[in-house]
Amino acid sequence: MNTTVRENRNVERTQREQFIAPVSSVIEDADRYTLQVEMPGVNKEGLEIAVENNELTILGRRSLPTVDGTLIHRESRLENFRRTFELDPSIDTGKISAKIEQGVVTLTLPKAEQVKPRKIKVD
Amino acid sequence: MSLIRYQSPELTTWPTFGRLSNLRDELDTLFELPFWSNFGRQTQLFSGWTPALDLYQNNDNLIAVVELPGMRKEDIEISLHDGMLTISGERKMETQEGDKAERSERYVGKFRRSITLPTRVDANKVSATYKDGILTVTLPKAEEAKPKQIQVNVS
Repeated sequence: MNTTVRENRNVERTQREQFIAPVSSVIEDADRYTLQVEMPGVNKEGLEIAVENNELTILGRRSLPTVDGTLIHRESRLENFRRTFELDPSIDTGKISAKIEQGVVTLTLPKAEQVKPRKIKVD
Repeated sequence: MSLIRYQSPELTTWPTFGRLSNLRDELDTLFELPFWSNFGRQTQLFSGWTPALDLYQNNDNLIAVVELPGMRKEDIEISLHDGMLTISGERKMETQEGDKAERSERYVGKFRRSITLPTRVDANKVSATYKDGILTVTLPKAEEAKPKQIQVNVS
């Protein structure tokens, strides 16, 4: 009926990349938060972590092993991973560190000095 | 009190029904949205962990690719029984004394994933690698399962 419209539509669709929200967990202790995010198939090179407006965004692009063969059964998904977390104001955003090991990103988010519990000595 | 708020970033990607001609495409897209994968993930809390498994084949091998993020090599077990490949293991808790879990979606504990292989394989020659949280198991096909070229002499 209208080929032009159809073409445009396809362009729109390919431009919008879709992501999977990865599974994660947050642990809090007195000094820091520890955030773990599961990104199977992502390594150091494919990982982008950004902090902006008190929001932490983790983006993981997969580099999957290339398999010589034809696919006969699929359960995995092809999309890359992305998830945004809102940061608590107590976090010292300048001291966030991250590592990735076997597809799990571990972020350490230290709390700022003034919010850490401390004992005050009485003279 | 939740200090880091959970956000599922893609949930707000709601289709805009600008043109009616797009409706079908938009609905298709809706079902591809990560929400469904997320939903599936969350039901793991009740049913255990069933890691995603892909299976490939070529002339000589069957290759299973399994998503197993954050395991230790020693904690993964691969076994073969009656044409069924089973990958099992245990993911151990890493929390320490004094930690309080804020929110955990990650599965901890034992898991088991089996798949019936479409052809017979040579159990003695199975090999596996584990990298970036992805386990790749290569299972050489048994001789009788390999495709053979039969030469027919036409006289």
